[in-house]
Amino acid sequence: MSEHLLSTILFTPLIGVLILLFIPGKMKTAIRWWANISAVAGFLVSLPLILNFNKSLDGYQFVERVDWIPTLGVQYLIGVDGISVLMVMLTTSMGMLAIFSSWESINDKVKEYYAMFLLQQVGMVGVFISLDFMLFYVFWELVLVPMYFIIGVWGGPRKLYAAIKFFLYTLAGGVLMLLGIITLYLQHMGQTGVATFEIAQLMNTQMPLWMEQLVFWSFFLGFAIKVPMFPFHTWLPDAHTEAPTAGSVILAAVLLKMGTYGFIRFSLPLLPQASSDRMIVNVLAVLSIIGIIYGALVSLMQQDWKKLVAYSSVSHLGFCTLGIFALNQQGIAGSVIQQINHGISTGMLFLIVGVIYERRHTREIKEYGGLAHVMPNYAIVFAFAMLSSAGLPLLNGFIGEFSIMQGAFQANMAWGAFAVTGIIFGAAYLLWLYQRTMLGEVTNEKNKGLKDLNWREWVVFLPLMAWAVTIGIYPKPYFDILEKPVAAIVERVNGPRVPVNAAVRVDAMKTEAR
Amino acid sequence: MSSYYTATDHFVLLPALLLGLFACATLLFDFWVFPESKRRKHLAWFVLMGEVFASVAYLRQQMFLNQHGGELQAFGGSLVVDQFALYFHWIFVIATAIVVVMSYRYFEVRDEHHGEYYGLLLLAQTGMYFLASGNELVVLYVGLETMALTFYVLVGTLKRDQRSNEAAMKYFLLGGLSSGLLVYGFSLLYGMSGSTKLREIGVAVANRSSADTVLFLAIATIISGLLFKVAAAPFHIWAPDTYEGAPTVVTAYLAVASKAASLALMLRVLLGPLGTAREVWEPIIAGAALLSMTVGNIAAVTQTNTKRLLAYSSINHAGYILLGIVAGNQTGIQGVLIYILIYVFMTLGAFLVLTVLCRETTTGEDINDLHGLMKKSPAHAIWMLIFLLSLAGIPPTAGYVGKLYIFLSLVETGHYFLAVAAAIYVAVAIYYYFRIVKSMFIEEEETAMPALSLSLGTRVALLATGVMTLGIGVYPEPFVKFAQQTLMR
Repeated sequence: MSEHLLSTILFTPLIGVLILLFIPGKMKTAIRWWANISAVAGFLVSLPLILNFNKSLDGYQFVERVDWIPTLGVQYLIGVDGISVLMVMLTTSMGMLAIFSSWESINDKVKEYYAMFLLQQVGMVGVFISLDFMLFYVFWELVLVPMYFIIGVWGGPRKLYAAIKFFLYTLAGGVLMLLGIITLYLQHMGQTGVATFEIAQLMNTQMPLWMEQLVFWSFFLGFAIKVPMFPFHTWLPDAHTEAPTAGSVILAAVLLKMGTYGFIRFSLPLLPQASSDRMIVNVLAVLSIIGIIYGALVSLMQQDWKKLVAYSSVSHLGFCTLGIFALNQQGIAGSVIQQINHGISTGMLFLIVGVIYERRHTREIKEYGGLAHVMPNYAIVFAFAMLSSAGLPLLNGFIGEFSIMQGAFQANMAWGAFAVTGIIFGAAYLLWLYQRTMLGEVTNEKNKGLKDLNWREWVVFLPLMAWAVTIGIYPKPYFDILEKPVAAIVERVNGPRVPVNAAVRVDAMKTEAR
Repeated sequence: MSSYYTATDHFVLLPALLLGLFACATLLFDFWVFPESKRRKHLAWFVLMGEVFASVAYLRQQMFLNQHGGELQAFGGSLVVDQFALYFHWIFVIATAIVVVMSYRYFEVRDEHHGEYYGLLLLAQTGMYFLASGNELVVLYVGLETMALTFYVLVGTLKRDQRSNEAAMKYFLLGGLSSGLLVYGFSLLYGMSGSTKLREIGVAVANRSSADTVLFLAIATIISGLLFKVAAAPFHIWAPDTYEGAPTVVTAYLAVASKAASLALMLRVLLGPLGTAREVWEPIIAGAALLSMTVGNIAAVTQTNTKRLLAYSSINHAGYILLGIVAGNQTGIQGVLIYILIYVFMTLGAFLVLTVLCRETTTGEDINDLHGLMKKSPAHAIWMLIFLLSLAGIPPTAGYVGKLYIFLSLVETGHYFLAVAAAIYVAVAIYYYFRIVKSMFIEEEETAMPALSLSLGTRVALLATGVMTLGIGVYPEPFVKFAQQTLMR
């Protein structure tokens, strides 16, 4: 079991899907039960991962290696370090909660719905544990199809447009990224004679700066569209708004993180010269800052509750990429923690929109007002999620943003100064949203009879709230687990440009440590 | 045996002989044994028997080559059997077998079940044999014409259907033109070298400078003729009409086997005798590839007929395959071979699903006829999804393996512009493939007809193509290896 722990985590949802297919479509309750059991199982099998993870070790743990396409040097090579462990845990827990939250909201094509979610979980986990670039690419693309269906079949009124836009954008980025992967692979093969897509080995590739930059931009297209960074963000509001609640949750909590994770795992360590190149760093930081401020300003203007949350994602993800391209310990560690925070708090915000949408079937902010009188518990949960998203101290959002700002100020005072305004705007649009929907008198007759949270909704919110508080009060375990892998990346990016032999030696040491 | 017909000659020619004999026997059987149309479906099994016999002959050749390596020549080098030829022979066997089993229900339903259809399928395959194994201009040309002539008839099989007739006529007229171009190019090659043997032509071509006008003319006309046969732009005009009008099963055979055979001929001629004139033909092929992807993708976006859409998609795929020839290195040619193999399975599969859905009339061909298919017959919708994903090149279905090889070879040989263009067109293609997906899975009104009760053969064929399309994607290694060995002499 422990030898194949990662494979177990990866394939548990797939086994769930295969069995799900044999349950007749009319037995909706049985299907719901089975899907939830699979999702919970998917979470439970991932627990030993975090419990047995040794954070004092360098390199990757739980590594499994099998030849897949030896002719091309593609391996089924999976393993985790501190960063991916957190991402895998985020995926399995959010996946479980998302599936649980759909119990009542989905009544049409139930079987297909759950199959898509479980299938998607396979792809997402695969992305975060792949240590072979080709394997990574396969999982990366695998995620697209289920999401297309989740948006396209169970989505809102403009679902078709949103679904195909999501697919086209991310696929175009993905394929162009593939060209970068291939260039890197061929360069490596030309220099060493070894055909491999293994990341640790590809790190030995020595490329002239211009070529590294070219490959960097190709990776950039893949990852930045996924994040999404300004100006590639336009698919996000559509996809987020039209997706069913659970789809938005997974999209925000996990799918977007694939992009930022890609930057951390691939762009920085594989292309250290390009990643620390002044021009590239400046461009990315500026795009991040534009994303932060633009996303926040557009959020302020939204009339649609869900769209507001969607644009706030653009702003929050801007912080994540800014932290990455601060290229220092605080920045990158803060970015990873902020990615988890964003998963928790934006996940909660989408769930909150979902709760009210199920009751009223409208997302217009002006339809609401004074909900705190009718749904007090709901108002408390919303206040909690809002404050966590706005970065109130003692809640999770603060930790990530603080660490990122620390990193940003270290890297460049101006970046920090501009990014801080994003936090202020963030507080503004969230508080204003809260005021317009929750506070004041109940102005709309239809809102008078609304029911407060039921036990199912509490079950979803409580763990997320608890998680938010633990990160807010005691973030040390997260920083600890991130310390080694982030330090390795920072050293690799900022370290002196080592000649070929030395680089090989460093990597040889890492390989031994594994 | 006399010196005119040696044991080796016999060994090499045997599969073609068997196919030809079975073709003639099928025609006779049609009159004498199964005159009433109800029992004609037994002919399908007879054809399959022919395929089994031919397979045994191929298997013996394969074993001989695996053991001794090299190649087998017959009739003074006019025919050659090497790993390359065998690779294509296997593809033809698979394609013909699948088309035969998917055919009989299709024609029965239309009350157009004719015995000669099966005979013609085998005759076409005989022509393909000479295309893949021919090593001499006349043999190649005769093979090509045997295949093409049977296809003209096959396309018009639905005698009472206006569109089928129109398609056959268009295909015949333009096909005749392209054959003329091709044979003109062949005659120029003969004029240059004084021989019809590919090897001697190669010597003559190598002695010419690449700026030679006659050489350019020969190459340009030959490539034009071949581009027509593989349905690549700018010689693709016939394809949408013919694909749409022809009976769906014939369309599938045309899209798969005819294209593969023409590509075999193209590879043999371009990489063989014309290999030294690469700088002459490379820009032409590159332009055609780029144009094919552009035309195929852009035109497919607005199609509302699924067969037409798949026709444009097949033009697009021809573009990708040509890109592998442009790269032209080991990886590129290997990519072409793998791509063709994958293309056979996924395209046959997609047409197979359409065949099952087409009723007596033409319903099932319009994209809107597929609305709500997921509810009516989920199995078919899911199979179709797998084939479409593969056509679009989304892992883990097989299509991405072929595209990966093409990209690899393009970057390897420094064709960065073509690589980027090919990559962007992948995203364009997803748009129109997913129009079908959207129609099947998302649209609410249910116009889709429940599928016909499936014949055993169709079930097996669907399963085989589906499993291969998924299998090559999930575990490509054996197939990649097979293609690699094919190129090692």
